[in-house]
Amino acid sequence: MTTYTFPGRYDSLEQIAAIVRQAAQDAGLSSFAVYSVETAVDEACSNIIEHAYGGENLGPIECTLEITTKGLTIILRDHGQPFNPTHVKKPNRNSPLSEREAGGWGLYIMQQWMDEISFHFEDGANVLIMRKHKEQQSE
Amino acid sequence: MEIVHTPFKHCDVIKVQGRIDSATAPKFAEAINAITEQGRYRIVIDMSELAFISSAGLRVLIGTQKTCKRYNRGELVLAQVPANIKSTLELAGFNILFKFYDEVLTAVGNF
Repeated sequence: MTTYTFPGRYDSLEQIAAIVRQAAQDAGLSSFAVYSVETAVDEACSNIIEHAYGGENLGPIECTLEITTKGLTIILRDHGQPFNPTHVKKPNRNSPLSEREAGGWGLYIMQQWMDEISFHFEDGANVLIMRKHKEQQSE
Repeated sequence: MEIVHTPFKHCDVIKVQGRIDSATAPKFAEAINAITEQGRYRIVIDMSELAFISSAGLRVLIGTQKTCKRYNRGELVLAQVPANIKSTLELAGFNILFKFYDEVLTAVGNF
């Protein structure tokens, strides 16, 4: 298990992506699973900067990566405003252009592409735990 | 992220390379807005060398499609979309909002 700390700003995203991609590959995830983890972590970190901190350079993002027998576990911590995912409106992927919300896709993508996702607020920090499993071997 | 803009007679092609995330999406939006602000609303995004797109990029594409299609002026279409990127776009229901082309030249010829 390794923990990295990044400045909470958008130009950290590329570096975070590189580290997460490497860990996902080391965990034995498929090429598309690696991409889906990269996307989910990018969305989560963007939300931390935009919503938890309310802007850039207002606090760090701590990223813990753990390779397990099942795949990869990613834990993200920030010290911003408590985040409650139930307060986020679910976007509608079937709505026509005139009614389509331009934003709000980040959390949806995380929920769709990760196998497990949970949010907690503890000791003054938002703690997001995401897990991506390796594909099951067919028997 | 790198952007190359090629104007054609009937449309504009924007080739975007690298990553579109929250850090780079404003620059991507700026490049597209520079075209629509000239009154040109037929745009092809060449994604052949795009490695990554986040919801920040989706937001730009949806907003631009709304601008382009208003008053039946034009349309934003997507060309040579890599499989990973396509998965993100399909997850957000882009298949009913955007035309996808296998070749940039076919997309250009559509206009």
